[in-house]
Amino acid sequence: MITLVPPAAKTPTTAPGPGGATVRAVIDGREVEVVIGTTILDAAGTCGVRIPTLCHHPDLPDAGVCRMCVVEVEGQRTLQPSCVFPITRDLEIHTHTPRVAAARRDIIDLLLGEHYGDCRTCARNGSCELQDLAAEYGLDRYRFGERTEPLFVRDDSGPSIVFDPDKCIQCLRCVRTCAELQGVRALGIAGRGAGVHVTTFADLPLGSEFCINCGQCVNRCPTGALTAVDVTDRVRAALDDPGKHVVIQTAPAPRAALGEEFGLAPGTPVTWQLTTALHELGFDKVFDTTFAADLTIIEEGVELIQRLHRALVQGAPDVALPMFTSCSPGWVKFLEHAFPDDLPHLSSCKSPQQMFGALIKTWYAERNGLDPADVVSVALMPCVAKKFEASRPEMTDSGYADVDLVLTARELARMLRRQGIDLPSEPPGDFDDPFGTATGSGVIFGATGGVMEAALRTVLEMVTGAPVENLYDHADITPVRGFDDVRLVELTIPDAVGPVPSIIAHLIPDWDWLRGVTLRVAVAHGTATARRVIDDIHAGGPFSTCHFIEFMACPGGCLGGGGQPIPTSLEIRRARARAIYAEDAAYGAAGLARKSHENPAVQRLYAELLTDGPGGATSHRLLHTGYTARGTFVPTDRRE
Amino acid sequence: MIIRTPLTLASVHPDIGLRVALARTPADVVEQVTRSGIRGRGGAGFPTGLKWRLASEAPAPDGRRHVVCNADEGEPGTFKDRALLSVVPDLVVEGMTIAAWAIGATSGVVYLRGEYVYLRDELESCLARRRAAGLLGNDILGTPGFCFDIHIRLGSGAYVCGEETALLESLEGRRGEPRNRFPYPVVRGLYQAPTIVNNVETLAWVPAVLARGADWFLGIGTPGSSGPKLLSVSGDVARPGVYEFPFGVTVRAVLEASGGEDARAVVVGGASGVCVPASDFSRGISYEDLCTGGAIIVLGPHRDLLDVAENFLEFFVDESCGQCTPCRLGNPVLLEGVRSLKRGECGPERLGELRRLGHTMKDASKCGLGQSSPNFFLSLVDRFGPEISDRVPV
Repeated sequence: MITLVPPAAKTPTTAPGPGGATVRAVIDGREVEVVIGTTILDAAGTCGVRIPTLCHHPDLPDAGVCRMCVVEVEGQRTLQPSCVFPITRDLEIHTHTPRVAAARRDIIDLLLGEHYGDCRTCARNGSCELQDLAAEYGLDRYRFGERTEPLFVRDDSGPSIVFDPDKCIQCLRCVRTCAELQGVRALGIAGRGAGVHVTTFADLPLGSEFCINCGQCVNRCPTGALTAVDVTDRVRAALDDPGKHVVIQTAPAPRAALGEEFGLAPGTPVTWQLTTALHELGFDKVFDTTFAADLTIIEEGVELIQRLHRALVQGAPDVALPMFTSCSPGWVKFLEHAFPDDLPHLSSCKSPQQMFGALIKTWYAERNGLDPADVVSVALMPCVAKKFEASRPEMTDSGYADVDLVLTARELARMLRRQGIDLPSEPPGDFDDPFGTATGSGVIFGATGGVMEAALRTVLEMVTGAPVENLYDHADITPVRGFDDVRLVELTIPDAVGPVPSIIAHLIPDWDWLRGVTLRVAVAHGTATARRVIDDIHAGGPFSTCHFIEFMACPGGCLGGGGQPIPTSLEIRRARARAIYAEDAAYGAAGLARKSHENPAVQRLYAELLTDGPGGATSHRLLHTGYTARGTFVPTDRRE
Repeated sequence: MIIRTPLTLASVHPDIGLRVALARTPADVVEQVTRSGIRGRGGAGFPTGLKWRLASEAPAPDGRRHVVCNADEGEPGTFKDRALLSVVPDLVVEGMTIAAWAIGATSGVVYLRGEYVYLRDELESCLARRRAAGLLGNDILGTPGFCFDIHIRLGSGAYVCGEETALLESLEGRRGEPRNRFPYPVVRGLYQAPTIVNNVETLAWVPAVLARGADWFLGIGTPGSSGPKLLSVSGDVARPGVYEFPFGVTVRAVLEASGGEDARAVVVGGASGVCVPASDFSRGISYEDLCTGGAIIVLGPHRDLLDVAENFLEFFVDESCGQCTPCRLGNPVLLEGVRSLKRGECGPERLGELRRLGHTMKDASKCGLGQSSPNFFLSLVDRFGPEISDRVPV
């Protein structure tokens, strides 16, 4: 496994002492021993002292700008920001002296005076960190003024993200997220002094920016300044329209996270309660997107095999390798903007959401005697970029928008609350046919490495003709799992290959050319990481020799998506991943399929609809797509 | 700009200090500078020798260390660095060269205030002259391996870039915003390398300290503030200009020399400084009493101090980088407070809130700008009680 140099942003403020040497800190009289270089904030966390923060976020390099976390440090003339103050010697620290309390109160007062907007109708009412701090520290009036008029125009030009600068308190989490975590830099700072404000690159509307709609900024905004486009009213209206047949497909990642919106601990799955709740909301059918994930694996796996065959056997010089996954719409748009010359590397497969959408308006509608014009296709996603993806002009293979409306996990929680539905107490229910059956492979799409693992399970089995369990215990291909920014894994295909499965026999004559071949695959998540991987490929580094790379725009993959419950942190994402892998394992324990090619619904689809097989003409019409070279500076996707 | 007193620096023979320095080890030079007691003359007063020692001891993984001359003289009321760069540019460059020898730097930057662009040609020819004379470049003055050169970079007009870490950000091509302390620039400064940032005047005195000895320097000024100090005197005086006094000089003596005896108050330290009432004119200018980078703004009997406060706060509202909450949002509140005082609308309770806010800004702002912008206002409230209370409705 190869690990790239970590980004500079994550360099600790002070390197730990030699050999992890420790020092003693006394925080409000509590003594703690910490490694040299530990920040006061982290040290306080280890001894149960709470220090309020605002611009600090566990995923981001610290900026030290909001000054909420200032404390008194022995020997220092001024108060010190605990988030960026490294303890390098024995130190006495006080976190709630009158001086500290006065500063905290003034800072909250100043921020409240800058912040404009109605709390009661804000999307973040109840989850706003500024609101929480005002309550926690007993703010009772606006001492330093109250804004009564907006200063800015709300930017709702984007397909996924709404920016309301009047609610912004300049903590710069979004700017750091966009730059450091995602390597996009659509958001930046303009002006100075009291006129400083977060804005988009060159002040363009968000909808015409090199913004990948990943929504990671939304997940880290402490207030309601950055929110996702809300379509709950439109979904409700469709549900209330007796002339419409409204179906919803649900992605695996929200099921591992939605409980958080209802007070459950992160990592508590609510899959089966959710199906009941969605039926209660009024959806005519509740489908499982993992069916389409399985379908994606077949199509994408075969595409990979074809690319390898053409490159390795036929010696075709124009085959783009490594092949890149294409299920993450944020990642796809990132590549379209930042590396348009590399688009041939992208798999032509649509994402599971869009594959499913195309099938609902065609095959499903036809089988059920429905006019596709009367079918409303909704998707529950962990993602805000999926809203943009559904609106891409090419996603209309059925003759209609393949997916009409995309709900984030947060929006769905809002809809459930409006209806008085308490998700955790719902009785379990099943997904609806004909897409009801999923596999464990489809479920793990929700975690970084999941697409790769699912693809490997299927490809290895297709090639060897033997259970993948012969190579990996329980079919758990653990080397591709985890949260390292990037994982590079080598798998050697055994000498004993099997017969070519009938479904692709017309494409590939035999597997002899893969005997003993070492397959090099990689997994990357977060587009800042993706940028480093692509740069490495251009430089002829280790990733240029890969055959297949999974990219996810969001840190952690879909489970860390921009539409997931707020807050997020590595700990929370790990908990959600545990839920997802547990669901995969449960399929195995229950004797259900864990590999995409074993999905009976998928097999039936190839028998009934996609009769010319994976990568065939019908597949290409419904399940594959093309991409748009956007470039870095050209506003190409301005909304009409 | 007129130089009103003879400058000691004008009588310092060029390049003797550098030759003395090169005859010693770098550690000896640091020791000599430390012993002289010279402290930063930009206003903060950090001991120069200590700064150099920290930079020389900080690990430099790629062997690079930097000397930066802070010539971003932006404090309202300060113009003594401009005088030095005009009159004795060689001493400033010589001081940088000695600093480079002391800390093991190979590159230097003069960060020149944007408005001083007219000085650039003369500074460039100074550098060219010195390169030709073997005083810059490779093997300086025949010292094998001592290679050091300097280039000039212009600021773009932001006051905050005079703050050393904002200056470094600006040099690296980013927004001029102060960095978090820890590590200090002496450990990780320009491009992460150990860096000393010294004021023009500090660097200009260094050759004299080496040439005439630490004891000579220590013999001038006060125990805690050695050496002579250049002051920029402006405002309601008959003879504004640059003055040289030994540290410890009283405000009154400065007023007498410059023809401002009827002053009602003196601003020591420019817009970020404090307002000194006439009753305090016997106080001395030094690091241990009235600390300043050299700006003395004299306020005559006809001045409304709240006008001055309003003017200064307008300046800070505009010049704050806007990064941290207390400075970005506190300065506009103080400004509005001063305006309400002028209108007679600021009650005693409100005045108390503003005063506490001023202390929060001093306590919690990220850099010296926000930590000092309330100084003038606070000194008015604390030291001009009767005059303020006349404006406060009961």
